[in-house]
Amino acid sequence: MVSIRRPVRLSEALYIRQCEDTVLMAGGTDLMVKYRAPAGARPSFTKDVVLIGHLKELNYLKVYEDVARIGAAVPLARILEDASVPAYVKEPLASIGSPSVRNLATLGGNICNSSPAGDSLTMLYALDAVLTMASSKGFRECDMADFIEGPSKNRLAKDEILIEVAIPMGAYDRTFYRKSAQRRANAISKVSFFGVASVTGGKVESIAMALGAVGPTVIRDRDAESMLKGIAVPGRREASDRALEHIAGLVEPIDDLRSTKTYRRRVALELTRHFLEEVVGL
Amino acid sequence: MDSKVRFKLNGEHVTMTADPLRRLIDVLRDDLGLTGTKEGCGEGECGACSVLMDGRLANSCLLPLAAVEGKEIVTIEGFRKTKRFELLKECFTEEGAVQCGFCTPGMVLAAEALLSADPHPNERAVRDGISGNLCRCTGYSSIVAAILAASKRGEGLW
Repeated sequence: MVSIRRPVRLSEALYIRQCEDTVLMAGGTDLMVKYRAPAGARPSFTKDVVLIGHLKELNYLKVYEDVARIGAAVPLARILEDASVPAYVKEPLASIGSPSVRNLATLGGNICNSSPAGDSLTMLYALDAVLTMASSKGFRECDMADFIEGPSKNRLAKDEILIEVAIPMGAYDRTFYRKSAQRRANAISKVSFFGVASVTGGKVESIAMALGAVGPTVIRDRDAESMLKGIAVPGRREASDRALEHIAGLVEPIDDLRSTKTYRRRVALELTRHFLEEVVGL
Repeated sequence: MDSKVRFKLNGEHVTMTADPLRRLIDVLRDDLGLTGTKEGCGEGECGACSVLMDGRLANSCLLPLAAVEGKEIVTIEGFRKTKRFELLKECFTEEGAVQCGFCTPGMVLAAEALLSADPHPNERAVRDGISGNLCRCTGYSSIVAAILAASKRGEGLW
């Protein structure tokens, strides 16, 4: 029968990871649903569970001038309450779950759950977040975009623990986030969009966009972004049309219980168009 | 597989000898007889199982017992002994915010968590505060009115 462990320190958790095949639990808001059993019965985990949400080593939040460093087990509610975290980072996090879920759910958990509809992920892809993993051998870094391989699949090794999410801070004057879902709270995205840009001297200086739930992973089209850099604002929609056409070639949504591929494709592209034309002014 | 889990429950230190992988809601209801905490969906969507953990709203159906080690848990039974509860009870009654009552313990604790963080919320903030709690009877507006009334009348309580 599987058990649940509550290591006191990160080093102890890493030792357990080195010795056994385990599943990590921070807030538990995804895992306790995934392994739910009938009321009264113990959850049906198939591997020993290692609790890491309480570890001090994973519970810091520090925003520097150029980067926000967030411990992987910081609950979403704490990130939302921190005055030094910029609003464009907070907006997608505020769309996750409900107040009670956000008190438990962590940023690291949303990443390691690796759902294409994970609502922090569009923001983390677009802002070039960098993840730090620890194992008993040491530390390694991985770009957000290289970490997730497909639905529920990521590059966290069996002996590793995600410990930090580093989000580079930029001076964006145009930001837009929108999530389409069945309900305002506690709903999984049908499709979501995150975009940031900075416009200086009448030109697009930087721009980054990511789309959620329209492919096996979050989609970021760097070629389309390159097409838009340096373009004059206000523009005449030529550059945005070209970029949209390129993005349309990468979007491959599916039909499932939450939505249809037709709806997802259309809304994904309309949200992108709204950002490019109405928010950035291209 | 039992082990000891120590935490504070409704103001008293408790040591539970139980399977630490079991859900907090099952331990509360089945082992401790605290049946004010309800199970609706069992997957964190309805909020009927809400408790306060270190003063913050949490879904007891999503918490393995091991995760409450060293924490302070307040259920509706513990909250009943407070002046804040008395006022919320009055306001919920006066506004007709209770019909079948199944969501009520969770709604009251959501109101407590909200007013503790923001004693003077506007309607939007109240709706956000109870957004994780489903009610199939009232249509929510009477609950929102009750919480706004409690905020107005509870000067100094929160």
